Amino acid sequence: MPTGYSANDLVLLLPEIVLTTGLLVVLVADLFTGRSRQHWLGWLTIGVLVATAVPIVALSGHATTAARGLLAVDGFGAFFKLLFVLAAAITVLISRQYLEVEQARPGEYYFLVLCATLGMMVMAAGIDLITLFIGLETMAVSFYVLTGFLRPNRRSNEAAIKYFVLGAFSLGILLYGMSLVYGLSGTTRLREVAVALATQSDSLALKLAVVLVAAGMAFKIAAVPFHMWAPDVYEGAPTPITAFLSVGSKAASFAMLLRLLLEGLPAMAPEWRGLFYVLAVLSMTVGNIAAITQGNVKRMLAYSSIAHAGYILIGIVTATPRGVTAMLVYLMIYAFMQMGAFGVLALLRRRDVVGDELKDLSGLFFRRPLAAFAMLVFMLSLGGIPPTAGFMGKFWLFSAAIEAGYVWLAVIGVLNSAISLYYYVRVVVFMWMREELESASVHPSPGVAVALTVAVAATIIIGVYPAPLFELAEASAKTLGMAPRVLSLR
Amino acid sequence: MEGWLPIVIMIACGVGLGVVGTALSQLVGPRSPTPEKGAPYECGVPPVGDARERQSVKFYLVAMIFLLFDIEVAFLYPWAMALRDLGWVGFFQILVFFGLLLTGYIYVWRKGVLDWGSQEGL
Amino acid sequence: MTIAFYTLAAFILALGVLVVSTKNTVHAVLFLVANFLCVAMLYVLLQAEFLAVIQVLVYAGGIVVLYLFVVMLVNLKRGPETHVDPRRRDRMGLLIGGAVLAEFVAILLYGFAPRATGAAPAAAAPGVGNVEQVGWSLYVDYLVPFEVASILLLVAMIGAIVLAKKEP
Repeated sequence: MPTGYSANDLVLLLPEIVLTTGLLVVLVADLFTGRSRQHWLGWLTIGVLVATAVPIVALSGHATTAARGLLAVDGFGAFFKLLFVLAAAITVLISRQYLEVEQARPGEYYFLVLCATLGMMVMAAGIDLITLFIGLETMAVSFYVLTGFLRPNRRSNEAAIKYFVLGAFSLGILLYGMSLVYGLSGTTRLREVAVALATQSDSLALKLAVVLVAAGMAFKIAAVPFHMWAPDVYEGAPTPITAFLSVGSKAASFAMLLRLLLEGLPAMAPEWRGLFYVLAVLSMTVGNIAAITQGNVKRMLAYSSIAHAGYILIGIVTATPRGVTAMLVYLMIYAFMQMGAFGVLALLRRRDVVGDELKDLSGLFFRRPLAAFAMLVFMLSLGGIPPTAGFMGKFWLFSAAIEAGYVWLAVIGVLNSAISLYYYVRVVVFMWMREELESASVHPSPGVAVALTVAVAATIIIGVYPAPLFELAEASAKTLGMAPRVLSLR
Repeated sequence: MEGWLPIVIMIACGVGLGVVGTALSQLVGPRSPTPEKGAPYECGVPPVGDARERQSVKFYLVAMIFLLFDIEVAFLYPWAMALRDLGWVGFFQILVFFGLLLTGYIYVWRKGVLDWGSQEGL
Repeated sequence: MTIAFYTLAAFILALGVLVVSTKNTVHAVLFLVANFLCVAMLYVLLQAEFLAVIQVLVYAGGIVVLYLFVVMLVNLKRGPETHVDPRRRDRMGLLIGGAVLAEFVAILLYGFAPRATGAAPAAAAPGVGNVEQVGWSLYVDYLVPFEVASILLLVAMIGAIVLAKKEP
């Protein structure tokens, strides 16, 4: 074949191909099904996601590249792809009831969720500047539309506009940084970039490029001081989308950031380490302190997700295999607990109640003891209390920081976890100790019940028996091209 | 840069024609402005209201869809140029590309975005 | 070559500033057209002819029309016309006209001046045209991002309809 592609490429790209076919099927199925039967679209979407997960798992043992070296097929990519598929599946499960209450059409919604997932998968697998950027753009555009999906809702519209304008601006900054990297190295392939730039690490333009790339990506992961969009967007977006945004978009951006920094710019490690050190400390501190004052649970979780971005950035600062492993572990745990917390919030949405104020949680224990128990588990886990997964994740991150010599970073992280307990426990207090505001009961649909059960089970099981996840993450982190080389650079 | 000389000459001719025409009428033509002459020309009828009316969002949608298919066609040109070397593989690549956008077209059609007459669509 | 580049870059910047600083939105869009055309000239200067044509076709042609529709859609009310200095427009015109003239002269002078050695960037492979090269890298080297980009176009199309179309 003259073009340098082989049938092998089709096999290696099977997850992406299956997902693309699936999302087209969902789109067309929506067009040709009546209104009464549209609830099947949710299950069809779940089916597509399951079908995507199968080749991901089957290919997870590979360590090669596909499509002329634009996409890596390795354990690192597979780990993240599984995370995205999982997050998308939970999103779809908690969406159906919510969409019915909002009277929104599900077809395009599920289609856009799948498109965002495809973009994320490309972001996690891409080892080429253009490929990464296209993946990021696909994810971002899907999320712009999903954020504004509730058309009659002013908050949703406002959130979409804010997210779009700021997002486009940050993408511009990122693109400028990438174009500088391309200009200096003469190639878009990250592994060749690393070789080309190895000798010119003190060029001023390269330093500018690193700063621009870091700023663009920091926007996507909502790290302080690039976090201003997050509270408004998280509050205005449909609750399941907020969940997907805070988990999927963040994890995908971290995956892309790791690819960019460790595969493409390992020579600039001293520069970006310093940058992300500052960003991590700022994000943890500002996020937690701002979260204390919030009366709206979605806004509070937005600030808490900013703080969590700070914790996860610790892994990038260390840039050791252990640090990357800790990031992977934490992102997976974070996916379960954050999706779960938003799932409970989505459950509270009823015709006349928005359900995202703290007072809406009052007396939840007496109305829905199981939902309240699930929320309790998620809050404790987000706060990092021992028997839950959140504790193991933080423990792994902070110990990676200490091992790499960043003791102060770990100390700041622990102090911040202590601050964060205040607002997580406040949610619990509201659920248990306040008077019940209204007697209207919320009935979880089977989908929500399944999603919450999975999230609670994962949060507890990983907390008690974390070894399998650690081993999986460790094996996946090892396949990230340059991680060992950075270690030797130090 | 060599092939660009004719284009530069053409641009110069175009600009020159406009400039010469305007300049000549400024220099040679008699000038006696009246309020009627200064008013915008509206087929001989006195203009009513502002020209800047609010447009329906329909126009925007059609423009958007036009633009997307415009880009699609723009991608076809380099494909056509390289097709001889791309061979059958290239043919199937563009089929995939077309298939993806065809789905979009089916969507647009079924949603009635292209129905201009009926009020039901928008 | 260098001088032509910097002249164009200055124009692009100046027009960009004008786009955001003009009060009249329609004028802002028109400045944007001029901006896009200057960018297209920059592409020509860099011997990326295909990109230049696309820039004119898609950006100066299509996207600007889209912007104009948006301007018409939101219908930003103009403030009451304050006193306008009748000479102001003339002076503006003179300034812009002069600048464009200077640019043309610069391009003509430096574009056709005998080139210094080594100033032939992106030397095309012998016998292969620019557009063919673009086709080759789009459909061979960057095939996967290209197909993902078509998904991106699809998302844009459906997103626009979702956000703009009334439910029946």
